Amino acid sequence: MNARAAALIAALAAAVAFPLAMQAADQLFFVGFASRVLIWAIAASSLNLVLGYGGMISFGHAAFVGTGAYVSGILIAGGVTSAWIGWPAAILASAVLALAIGAASLRTRGAYFIMITLAFAQMMYYLMNSMKAYGGDEGLSLTSRAALGFGLDLGNEVTFYYVVLAALCALLYATHRLAHARFGRVIAAIRENETRAEAIGFPVYRYKLICFVIAGAAGGLAGALLASHGKYVSPSLLHWTQSGTLMIMVILGGVGRLWGGALGAVLLLALEHLIAEHPIPWLLAIAPNYPQHANLGVGIVMLVIVLYAPQGLAGLVSRKRHA
Amino acid sequence: MPDLLEIRSLAKHFGGVVATDEVSLEVRAGEVHALIGPNGAGKTTLVAQISGSLAPDAGSIIFDGRDVTRLAQHQRVRAGLARSYQITSIFRRSSVIENLALAVQARSGSSLGFWQPVASESGLVDEARLIAAEIGLSDRADIAGGELAHGEQRALEMGLALATRPRLLLLDEPMAGMGPEESQRIIGLIERVRRSVSVVLVEHDMDAVFRLADRISVLVNGRVIATGVPDEIRANEEVRRAYLGDEALSA
Amino acid sequence: MSDMLLEVAGIETAYGQSQVLHGLDLEIRAGETVTLLGRNGMGKTTAIRSIMGLTPARQGAISFRGSRIEAEAPDRIARRGIALVPEGRQIFPNLSVREHLVAFAENRSGAKEPWTPQRVFALFPRLRERAEHMGNQLSGGEQQMLAIGRALVTNPYLLVLDEATEGLAPLIREEIWKCLAALRAAGQTILVVDKYIERLVQLADRHTIIERGRVAWQGGSEELSSNRELWHRYLGV
Repeated sequence: MNARAAALIAALAAAVAFPLAMQAADQLFFVGFASRVLIWAIAASSLNLVLGYGGMISFGHAAFVGTGAYVSGILIAGGVTSAWIGWPAAILASAVLALAIGAASLRTRGAYFIMITLAFAQMMYYLMNSMKAYGGDEGLSLTSRAALGFGLDLGNEVTFYYVVLAALCALLYATHRLAHARFGRVIAAIRENETRAEAIGFPVYRYKLICFVIAGAAGGLAGALLASHGKYVSPSLLHWTQSGTLMIMVILGGVGRLWGGALGAVLLLALEHLIAEHPIPWLLAIAPNYPQHANLGVGIVMLVIVLYAPQGLAGLVSRKRHA
Repeated sequence: MPDLLEIRSLAKHFGGVVATDEVSLEVRAGEVHALIGPNGAGKTTLVAQISGSLAPDAGSIIFDGRDVTRLAQHQRVRAGLARSYQITSIFRRSSVIENLALAVQARSGSSLGFWQPVASESGLVDEARLIAAEIGLSDRADIAGGELAHGEQRALEMGLALATRPRLLLLDEPMAGMGPEESQRIIGLIERVRRSVSVVLVEHDMDAVFRLADRISVLVNGRVIATGVPDEIRANEEVRRAYLGDEALSA
Repeated sequence: MSDMLLEVAGIETAYGQSQVLHGLDLEIRAGETVTLLGRNGMGKTTAIRSIMGLTPARQGAISFRGSRIEAEAPDRIARRGIALVPEGRQIFPNLSVREHLVAFAENRSGAKEPWTPQRVFALFPRLRERAEHMGNQLSGGEQQMLAIGRALVTNPYLLVLDEATEGLAPLIREEIWKCLAALRAAGQTILVVDKYIERLVQLADRHTIIERGRVAWQGGSEELSSNRELWHRYLGV
């Protein structure tokens, strides 16, 4: 067995054992926290599909996460609690939105593409803000999580955690297959040399659009999971700073690397949690408010990573292995 | 010989600058048709319009009896019209075989495969190896494009176009930046492919042009000022004034 | 020797793991026109990049007008009076022709009759006609003239040209050769890399053939033009 497979199995074993250990130690809070981290890992991995694999710097990914959350949340609020309806609906809605946004934005490139995806996402943000029937800027509180059936109660933190973990694993495996399949090769070729990809006969625009839609759909799934996790959706999920946070996760973890989005989400959220919940006494003495400014710490880590590990955490790991 | 490519009154302006001025020319099936002219005469612009990366303002392009003027570049490639670039445009991080296999993939079925590893499709790699042999890069098959020597990169540049199995190959300065031996290699390659493919050759290396071309068109200020067999072009007073200078005599 | 302008001694240069130059020597005296010849990939452009400080040599010494420059930054070397006309011209797409010339004008060698934008326009009247056009609106030939003009207005002691006739139409190529001959006649020291050997033996005083990063042969134009064996063995002609 090679080192890569061993590391994979160890990571998976740790992820599976984690909630059981927390349950035994009566620390269920951490199971809920870990679920949230894994959902953001899904969201960041979906952005990595378009940003890293596709080379499209989309600055509006929160729109797809947020749309998925709202569709799933509105269905639950309306009494349609089945996850088998709500989650596919969320995925579909985000995919349709990605199709519309992508079809318009992918005609542009460079800074224009960044700005137009940002603009579309902000439009969605203001749209949700104005939807008074669904809480407007106050957001929408849900009475329950989605229901999965089969005797699985998503209200149980441990069960919910395993469902999210399964979804993340499924997404990463699908991404791995996709990257090595025909479609992945075309996307990689377009990222590297778009002009030549067109000149050997690939309809570049169509492939980029399909990649954009797949990423949007996966973002919708993350949104649906988020809605159930917190039993709450609000427009802030669609705010441009969320898109920025997702981008930071991908950059920290590794742009265009399979584990990039997941590692980045874990690092960023763990860091935020540590800074906010575990203040360092001597630092507190100098700067009493610093735990409320977790972003400062995140910024420093980001700086270090960009300077010393430009391929992100995932790149650092694979470089160590090759060395 | 029937015409494989027919260009009718093609025109393209950039602002007030006329890049292509009512260009009409025919490329016969099986011929090497050289396109020469001063820098800035509009050769590359014309190649871009024929290949489909640039839309003309007026005029039409007929390929194999079919009007392709409104077709996108990738559609023209599938119809058998492929180009190479003056400035090497390859996939620099992929190996020679991966480069070529990708071009083979582009013309063999749908690429909307999301699950089966492309590495399991031996057909693509086999075909890529054939083309690598054709362009003389068999022993460099697993080297990344960006690490090849300049002459090898130029061969791969042509290989990418050949891998689409074109019926008409548009070569934009294939000898650019080459030494004498490397040029010979590309000339040899063109001589081999011309048996099955028609070629439009844009080139400043007059030795190569006069050796390879069946016919030559001379483009000056976006206009075709002469078309003919090499001897006619060599003897053409206007061509000599505008482009060749004394070189035609020594060639 | 007092009139020695550039002295390259035993330089070794590598890109990462792959070493290109294995102890290259080169001497240029003031007023000379010298060529670097050899097949592609033998190290001509790398030698120029090392002289200019763009890819510094790992071993060996480079002296210019008596000062060691092998460890200096490219901008410092340029200001000492070595001007490069780079491969691929490297014209700024969003500067006009006039801006290219005005921005770089400086009398680095303290010439009595320095090159000015006006003198460049006189040398290449085509550039005067295109003075207000942007770099990306120029034809290949015009770009090449501008690249030479941009080097000349710095009034360098040494003018270095890397593949200056590449991709040019025959008539424009001739114009570049005539320009170089005129510069040489005016006393300009020139280092040139090009593939048109027939023209170089007419233009230059001395030639250095590089093979696998070392000097394979050095000599004058008469020797080179009479020794076809050299052409065949090292230049592939």
